[in-house]
Amino acid sequence: MKHLLATEGLDVGTATTILDTAERLKATLLGREVKKLPTLRGRTVITMFYENSTRTRVSFEIAGKWMSADVVNVSSGGSSVGKGESLRDTALTLAAAGADCVIVRHPASGAAHRLAGWLAEAGTSVVNAGDGTHEHPTQALLDAATLRERLSTVDGRKVVIVGDVLHSRVARSNVHLLSALGAEVVLVAPPTLLPAGVRSWPATVSHDLDAELPTADAVMMLRVQAERMHGGFFPSAREYSIHYGLNEKRLGLLPEHAAVLHPGPMLRGMEIASRVADSPSSVITEQVRNGVHVRMAVLYHLLAGEEEAA
Amino acid sequence: MAPRNRGATDPAEPRELLSAGDVARTVARMAHQIIEKTALGASDAPPIVLLGIPTRGAPLAHRLAGRVAEFSGVTVPAGVLDITLYRDDLRRRPNRPLEQTSLPDDGIDGRLVVLVDDVLYSGRTIRAALDALRDHGRPRAVQLAVLVDRGHRELPIRADYVGKNVPTSREEEVAVLLTETDERDAVLLRRKTEVVS
Repeated sequence: MKHLLATEGLDVGTATTILDTAERLKATLLGREVKKLPTLRGRTVITMFYENSTRTRVSFEIAGKWMSADVVNVSSGGSSVGKGESLRDTALTLAAAGADCVIVRHPASGAAHRLAGWLAEAGTSVVNAGDGTHEHPTQALLDAATLRERLSTVDGRKVVIVGDVLHSRVARSNVHLLSALGAEVVLVAPPTLLPAGVRSWPATVSHDLDAELPTADAVMMLRVQAERMHGGFFPSAREYSIHYGLNEKRLGLLPEHAAVLHPGPMLRGMEIASRVADSPSSVITEQVRNGVHVRMAVLYHLLAGEEEAA
Repeated sequence: MAPRNRGATDPAEPRELLSAGDVARTVARMAHQIIEKTALGASDAPPIVLLGIPTRGAPLAHRLAGRVAEFSGVTVPAGVLDITLYRDDLRRRPNRPLEQTSLPDDGIDGRLVVLVDDVLYSGRTIRAALDALRDHGRPRAVQLAVLVDRGHRELPIRADYVGKNVPTSREEEVAVLLTETDERDAVLLRRKTEVVS
């Protein structure tokens, strides 16, 4: 594996290997005083974030540091990006400065893919940490890791993804990964928040949340991405919340074993009620914890092995 | 030393160094040596932990623990220590999957850790294991038990318990087969193949 750009087209074997590695890493670090492995000593990882982020950037940074890589953070605010440097020039600069791996988040869909093309000559690996409304593969991997942990397997489980599917790279990455791993994926959203072509996705579409919950093994709530919405996608926040929010009454419709996921950041009271987010069914903090191990596993598989003859 | 072509036999044909019976006797002898050298059961002896290095060190550690308990009456915990993340050749080889690490519940602090592996060759695996141990705790002492010592050390490392010393050439490889991971117990010497275990 040279890059991790998307879960669409990621083969099941590779995905399973990453999940297995993450599980092993979690077990091996559990209860340790020194959470540091020497595996990526001398490797340089640069995070390049052109969009705001707390958990993803921190998670990648911790993952790199726990593997002993040198991690450098570049944000669009404090860098030459603010002076008008293009994405390509910034990336080539970072590669020339010695980056073995660039982790990029960008508001434009396809940015990571373009970056991988530009950096092919330098041999730098690229990890997509979210590109526009396209994909966020490590989020899907950490969701799959959390589901495996909670439900013992993803295969044959029903996962209901609820909310702003249109703007959600998390939904897109999860649909492809979870269906490839054998899950039944159901998307629940208002018609205005479903992308064109959703019928061709490996998922079924529903508009009735209450009908889907009693048979769900997991429900994944998506954030309503107001920053990407220009225009009226639904009448009011209150109406959205009544139809598609996960409140305590809906939590009661779920089977006992079902898990509640949210990629964060949460809008409490909007797509998820505060009591639900803090309930025993919620695995939201577990998702964050697994995120570090999954990203360690991704860095391990990208950077630890011998150079592939590309 | 070892001739490349052993008379009329096919050089690719593996030669059996230890039979299933030999493996069992060797493990039993090593268990006796561990009991004697560590003064197991004596009041001032430190508690012992056997840690096998995957793949085949893990079942060997469990076999040794069983034998030690049988001969001495003292139960010694056995665990597994995966050293993949500590290897110094990660960048020279295709990526390896990780194995499960499982340490005894009481940990390794203050204990005498006996590392167990199937073959001692360059010594690099053991160096990696020593680094890994340091991250898991502070043993009172560390010893090494190997079923086969084939020479060609690249580091100042030696084993405390050796099942069998085998002079080999670098063109050969020693294959340890155990029923837990393979179909039978045996130790074979054969010409190197492309497949790296």
